[in-house]
Amino acid sequence: MMKICGPKLSLCCTILSVWAIIQLGLMAIFFYVRSPAFIEDLKIDDHDHHDAEKFLKALDTSYSTIAVNCAISAGLYVVTLAVSGWQMWVNKNS
Amino acid sequence: MGSLFRSEEMALCQLFLQSESAYTCVSELGELGLVQFRDLNPDVNAFQRKFVNEVRRCDEMERKLRYLEREIRKDGIPVLDTGENPEAPMPREMIDLEATFEKLENELKEVNSNAEALKRNYLELTELKHILKKTQVFFDEREGSLESGGQTSLTQNLLPEDSKGPIQLGFVAGVILRERIPAFERMLWRACRGNVFLRQAEINDPLEDPATGEQVYKSVFIIFFQGDQLKMRVKKICEGFRATMYPCPEAPADRREMAMGVKTRLDDLSTVLSQTQDHRHRVLVSAARNIRAWMMKVWKIKSIYHTLNMFNLDVIQNGLIAECWIPVANLEDVQLALRRGTEKSGSLPAILNRLSTHEAPPTFHRTNKFTKAFQALIDAYGVATYREINPAPYTIITFPFLFAIMFGDVGHGIIMALFGGWMVWREKPLSAKKTDNEIWNIFFGGRYIILLMGMFSMYTGLIYNDIFSKALNIFGTSWHGNYNESTLLTNKELTLDPGNKEQYDQYPYPFGLDPVWQIALNKINFYNSYKMKISIIFGIIHMLFGVILSVWNHRFFNKPMNIYCEFIPQIIFLTCLFGYLVLLVFHKWVWYGAGGADSVSPNCAPSILITFINMVLMKGYQPTPEGDPCSPYMYAGQFGFQRFLVCVGLICVPWMLIAKPFILHRNNKRKLMMSQANGGEGVIEEGGGEAAAAAATEEVHDMGEIMIHQGIHTIEYVLGSVSHTASYLRLWALSLAHAQLSEVLWQMVLRVGLTAGGTGGVGGVVTYFIFAAWASLTIAILVLMEGLSAFLHTLRLHWVEFQSKFYGGGGYAFVPFAFETILEHAETAVTE
Repeated sequence: MMKICGPKLSLCCTILSVWAIIQLGLMAIFFYVRSPAFIEDLKIDDHDHHDAEKFLKALDTSYSTIAVNCAISAGLYVVTLAVSGWQMWVNKNS
Repeated sequence: MGSLFRSEEMALCQLFLQSESAYTCVSELGELGLVQFRDLNPDVNAFQRKFVNEVRRCDEMERKLRYLEREIRKDGIPVLDTGENPEAPMPREMIDLEATFEKLENELKEVNSNAEALKRNYLELTELKHILKKTQVFFDEREGSLESGGQTSLTQNLLPEDSKGPIQLGFVAGVILRERIPAFERMLWRACRGNVFLRQAEINDPLEDPATGEQVYKSVFIIFFQGDQLKMRVKKICEGFRATMYPCPEAPADRREMAMGVKTRLDDLSTVLSQTQDHRHRVLVSAARNIRAWMMKVWKIKSIYHTLNMFNLDVIQNGLIAECWIPVANLEDVQLALRRGTEKSGSLPAILNRLSTHEAPPTFHRTNKFTKAFQALIDAYGVATYREINPAPYTIITFPFLFAIMFGDVGHGIIMALFGGWMVWREKPLSAKKTDNEIWNIFFGGRYIILLMGMFSMYTGLIYNDIFSKALNIFGTSWHGNYNESTLLTNKELTLDPGNKEQYDQYPYPFGLDPVWQIALNKINFYNSYKMKISIIFGIIHMLFGVILSVWNHRFFNKPMNIYCEFIPQIIFLTCLFGYLVLLVFHKWVWYGAGGADSVSPNCAPSILITFINMVLMKGYQPTPEGDPCSPYMYAGQFGFQRFLVCVGLICVPWMLIAKPFILHRNNKRKLMMSQANGGEGVIEEGGGEAAAAAATEEVHDMGEIMIHQGIHTIEYVLGSVSHTASYLRLWALSLAHAQLSEVLWQMVLRVGLTAGGTGGVGGVVTYFIFAAWASLTIAILVLMEGLSAFLHTLRLHWVEFQSKFYGGGGYAFVPFAFETILEHAETAVTE
């Protein structure tokens, strides 16, 4: 029964992590399926723009990198949710 | 639902109450809460009214209860709020209540004063105890130095040789506040020229100051000196520094004895003190159980006497006469309440008598928890004139809709709807939790508005195809880029041709905007035109609706002249000019497009703005240049039709301006002639009394006044049509700004988070933190700030652009005498 954060902060973190898990999870899926809506959010170096094959390859790598990154941070938010949910429970009982 | 459409019908009633039953009747009416009493003696000041004494007694009781409540709160005893609502006690019970409170207050006061005296005593004894303990050390040191002989002591050396043995030193011991010590020491040194010797020791535990109840730190001091003069001086300084001095015997044995005595007395005192505390606690706990109910009772009694003070005395029949406004639909309930009241007191029945009056009755809209907030938005502008059309029911739909046009984003809409939905879902527990946090109360009061605004924003967000500035491709886009590799490599920007079947499917996206626009470079150009047009269309529909609503006002108040002289020219003016503008927009949307003949190609589409300006400025016919497929006109006969519309619109202006004053003038003249024919008085006499006189004064207005009024009205309407139409462009501006802001936030914050980290765990961690920043900025800027600004703009569009078309707002609200509201007010006043 360790109290780290107060009732407000833990509630705030809980809401934020629920939101983040949903959004980042969906984004991970969308990046994984190469959604064109996110085409402007990719990281493609300037010199890759001039060669079609290089460009496609960079596109592909960026899509999968960001998909993995989103999944990782969604996972981190799962941890945050667990911690803040536990803190909320602690606050409620104390 | 008639009650929401316009306000309730009210009746002015006279109430004859027997003096024995007046109290119980008013109490029943207070529970009912549907009667607004009028003050019948407004000239009498508060001290000359009949029930001053009772009100004063109530004030006194309230004071006592407040005192009790303060004491209860000081002890941290929870006040039991059972939520029960005791009835107003009978007047004779007031004496019992007074006696109870008197007893409680006296008891508490006595306990408090006893406790204070005991505490003071206790403090003194504790201080003495500390003095005895600490000074013991000093005395021991002195004796120790004497025993060890004079060689080591500095003071010993300075003393004259012949004085043998210990010098007769006097001393003063006492206790002083610790922060005063340095000043005290300096003062002693200076005033006694260094001839006194001060020793001090800190008391480690804080002592309670009996007067203020604060915890203070003190120090024990002992001052040695020689001679009476110094003694006097030292004592004066001590007094000056508010140090408390205690007698301290010189002999060690006496001191020990004294310490023992002090200790036993302290023990006794602490038991007495704890018993006093227990007693106080018991008294307060038993009071806390009842204090809510008592408070309510007192408030109710007080409000009843306040109301009774507004009544007239009927000296002959030994009764009271009241005048009050009652909703006609509730006359039966009021009668029943009065009967209950008279039965309780067992006297003659009260008589309710409906009066006829020319005074404007108060406006009463019966609302429920859902319509309340919307009604409040309307009332904030101005309470409706009695029985006027109430804009609130339409606002329920138009308000969230116009808001959503500016706030169109699925993501932000979901956040807002979830917040509103949560407040609606947790309505009961949240409303039970009374708080004086103003911001929260505003949000909670508008929970249904917030929920609706959120849901409507989700809808418009789907139409705009915008979710956190990203688009959803649900049905599959109709646009396809089919350029080959070499074209793609050599061109920086490429256009998709809507006429080309390979690139555009020739049928639009089924619902809302095509997702391809979200990543198109000319997105803003496209959105601009689209959003500007829809804001004009919705604005004109909104205003037309307002003008049409005015018909119900004119018909209800039986003013057919206003329909012919105001409403008809108004609606013709609006439709001829701005309604036609809307038609042009639709015509352009339907008629022009890619893939058809040259004359209806997008390049040929004339600007609606220019067309409209030319139309209003009556510009001459513009022939189509030779060989140019594009015509400046959208359809055949447009020029003539537009001329016709402008002329009709222009005719409406003098119609609005002149017709009504002219007809009134003619009527006046005719009446004057008739009355002269009847010998000057005939017409007025007919109705008899005040009614006819009032009606007559209403009819015979000053012509100049009417002209000016009509002139202002006409100018306001004509200029208003133009400026209000332009004002609806705020829908476009705000919605564009909102979409852009949300896109910028995504680009500047979240995109950085997605791309900055690179591969491996780092990218995930960066995304983790940046997402939190993006989410909080989204809430703070896009949902809260933008939401507030969109809300205010919507409010303005309703208050000014919509309501100016039909709403007078010159009424005053119905404030019934109801215990419920009185108790609520009193309670919030207490918590503040």
